[in-house]
Amino acid sequence: MATFTVNGESRTFDGDPGTPLLWYLRDEAGLTGTKYGCGQGVCGACTIHLDGVAVRACMTTIEMAEGKSVTTIEGLSADGEHAVQKAWRQLSVPQCGFCQAGQIMQAASLLSKNNAPSDDEIVEEMSGNLCRCGCYQRIHAAVRLAAGGV
Amino acid sequence: MLHYLEKEARKLEHRSTRAIIENVSRRKFLGGALAASGFVLAVSVPNAEALEPLKPYPTGGEGMPHGYGKASDPHVYVSIANDGAVTIVTHRAEMGTGIRTSLPMVVADEMEADWSRVSVVQAPGDEPLYGNQDTDGSRSMRHFIQPMRECGAAMRQMLETAAAAKWGVDVSLCRAKAHHVVLLDEAKKETGPKLGYGELSEAAMALPVPPRESLLFKTPEEFTLMRKGETKIVDLRDITVGKAVYGADVRLPGMKFAVIARPPVLGGKIKSFDATEAKKIPGVESVFEIEGVYDVPRKFGQLGGVAVVANSTYAAILARDALEIEWDDGPNASYDSVPFFKEMSKTASEPGKVIRNQGDFDAAWNGAKSTFTGEYHMQHLVQAPMEPLVCVARIEGGKAEVWAPVQSPYGARQDIAAALKLPIEDVTVHVTLLGGGFGRKSKWDYMVEAALISQKLEGKPVLLQWTRDDDTRHSFYHTASVERIDMAFDEAGKVTGFRHRTVAPSILSTFAPDSGYQFNIEYGMGFVNTPFDVPNIRCENGKAMAHTRIGWYRSVSNIPRLFAVQSAVCEAAHQLGKDPKDFLLELIGPDRKLDPKALGFPEDFWNYGDPYEEFPIDTARLKNVVRIAAEKAGWGKELPKGQGLGIAAHIAWGTAVATVVHAEVTDDGTITVPHAVTALDCGFYVNPERIRSQIEGAAVMGMSHALYSGITFKNGAVEQSNFSDFSIATMRNFPRQVDVHIVEPKAGQHATGIGEPGLPPFAPALANAVFAATGKRLRNLPMGEKVA
Repeated sequence: MATFTVNGESRTFDGDPGTPLLWYLRDEAGLTGTKYGCGQGVCGACTIHLDGVAVRACMTTIEMAEGKSVTTIEGLSADGEHAVQKAWRQLSVPQCGFCQAGQIMQAASLLSKNNAPSDDEIVEEMSGNLCRCGCYQRIHAAVRLAAGGV
Repeated sequence: MLHYLEKEARKLEHRSTRAIIENVSRRKFLGGALAASGFVLAVSVPNAEALEPLKPYPTGGEGMPHGYGKASDPHVYVSIANDGAVTIVTHRAEMGTGIRTSLPMVVADEMEADWSRVSVVQAPGDEPLYGNQDTDGSRSMRHFIQPMRECGAAMRQMLETAAAAKWGVDVSLCRAKAHHVVLLDEAKKETGPKLGYGELSEAAMALPVPPRESLLFKTPEEFTLMRKGETKIVDLRDITVGKAVYGADVRLPGMKFAVIARPPVLGGKIKSFDATEAKKIPGVESVFEIEGVYDVPRKFGQLGGVAVVANSTYAAILARDALEIEWDDGPNASYDSVPFFKEMSKTASEPGKVIRNQGDFDAAWNGAKSTFTGEYHMQHLVQAPMEPLVCVARIEGGKAEVWAPVQSPYGARQDIAAALKLPIEDVTVHVTLLGGGFGRKSKWDYMVEAALISQKLEGKPVLLQWTRDDDTRHSFYHTASVERIDMAFDEAGKVTGFRHRTVAPSILSTFAPDSGYQFNIEYGMGFVNTPFDVPNIRCENGKAMAHTRIGWYRSVSNIPRLFAVQSAVCEAAHQLGKDPKDFLLELIGPDRKLDPKALGFPEDFWNYGDPYEEFPIDTARLKNVVRIAAEKAGWGKELPKGQGLGIAAHIAWGTAVATVVHAEVTDDGTITVPHAVTALDCGFYVNPERIRSQIEGAAVMGMSHALYSGITFKNGAVEQSNFSDFSIATMRNFPRQVDVHIVEPKAGQHATGIGEPGLPPFAPALANAVFAATGKRLRNLPMGEKVA
């Protein structure tokens, strides 16, 4: 039995400890904001926070979450007004929107450890999050905007 | 999540029925009273100088299945609650273009609704009611701008008429303004009294829809939403907080999760399978065979295979990995990209079927002072939307209900009904948000699969998930192609002859027995309609058989054609010692609307489905965007070593687009794009903010297929599987700044396409820029991320 928290709520799971958090969150916990894109940790659509740090939920097992706190897009902020979420809306970043939860979680993680990232640092941190619609120009600008305070 | 969907669906059902019932009953009830109060539908009298009469024009929209349906009827598309809340139906699928916002904006603007009081509800697949819903071919705005404006104008006039009845005045004294109808005096000045839309809704909805010829439109100066670029997409907040509902986010009580193991080679069948190990995976509930559609043409028929059903997606995927399946690959196992390209290249060196013939190319070629030949290859492409295919289905009491991210819900509904042997009335298709589409989600094989699995489970709700690997390996691929361009020049360096040969498996092979030749729709995309002022032009099509499912990817055949033609123009300019931009303008020639007959076009060259008289190929508009893009990009400026500009332009889906790419090749040969500029003329435009986002995105997608994203076959199977071995542009290397210039429309210029036409120019503009930067010419897509 694994014990951890999801968006501040205590949870237990007694299924296969090798289950990726992605499928636990989506199919067990009903938190569908975290998206499946590749299942190999190469697209970033399922990015969540484990103890505040961005990880790929498809590559993070229940076992790895033992005793830790999991944050999903639904729990990033109580009112949806995290600086990154606000910046995303201000610049109308999304097109189809499917990858955006992962992008936002990645950006929030970056800003929590570095509140004034350089252009290159933004590229470095965000380059594992794919967007097929091609919103990169606005994603980059929105991370800068969020860093400067919205 | 389900609650949200069901509530929306119910609202929609109730609303449309209610409006119709109310309309009839209220009319009966109020008819006499209205007549007694002198109420007449005097709406043909202009009630404001800011309105203009409708000047209807034909589009291809009428000829699409179910045409416009009842799209111009406010009773079908609009409801107004007593508190003034307006709901507008959106019938096209949202896959990132912003259409779910832009079309309702048109209705809201015309009816003078306050956008903050408008909500949007997604229509289920019902084309007889809503009009054609196939969200594909850059058609939504092009074909529905008129019915949507008519719908909004009719609603506005009905509200004004209802107000006139309440006040007992002539309707010419009532003007809709910002969610109210205001009372005017004889001098057309506001007098103070006003009625809110909520107060007027019942009476307005009870009125008959004014006849089309009596409708008055707002003039562009009066637009409050259209052209402004200030409207956020309706799903923006939900997307940023994780509440937006995509295909896999639909949750039904008792829902199971399924995946399918499909044949690696098209047409492959199961020889035998062993599910012993698979069934040992905890959570697995059943494993069974799904019959495929094996007869040719397969259309969107499912591939068949072995379905695994479990209590979670994860268990289903694990169990599928544990299946032992022996496949009989069938005849397509011979498909191998390397020899196939050699064969296509050989075909392109020989005469093909003549599709367009103007003048005498052979005479021009034989009498030429000098010539140019270039051959350009492009590998298959896969759409690869970030959301892999997925569908939820259940069958209850003999009625099927399906939820999916689908571009064409009515087409899917028809085929699901046929597959389940149900009348179409007993099948409902709900459209979720699409996590990208790019053409893949207009082929609904995945939805039929889900319906068949649910049927096998006696109607239990099931979510069928395609993995990324499935999505990469079992698409309807953009064709693989060889395009060859030959040009003849005279002493003065004028082009006297232009020959274009195309060799590529055809989309038609998906729908009809494969002849190896392409068809008019493919010919009409940058092949027979190249707008060059050259006296002798010949277009030939060489034979190439399909060995996989050929489908469409955003912009379709224009991608390889424009890559070839615009690369060749640049190469020829260099050979002749001319500036590529000037040479392109010279080739386009004088300002004119092309005369397809005089130029030897085939009788039916498709013209993107639109009547040619209304949507002609206008070289003045093309040259204009070429000049704008060149000027804004600083064409001709001195650049440091390793940098260069390249240009490409075309008219497609009625829109003229020119792109200038600024490439910088780093010391290790890596191709980067610090800047790109696109100028476009799409006529009457609505939502400039989403037009810009489409073009920014097109640059990134263009970068992907220019540098990275080829799909290849070996022994009949796709060699790539996931983003680990199939790359798309990432933030590490993307066009860093994309500027978009939209040409202001002139009166009478129709709305044209936006989703697709911005994509094709990027790759040739980039190849031309790389040549300008390095002197190296890259003729194959993908070019690779480095210049060797």
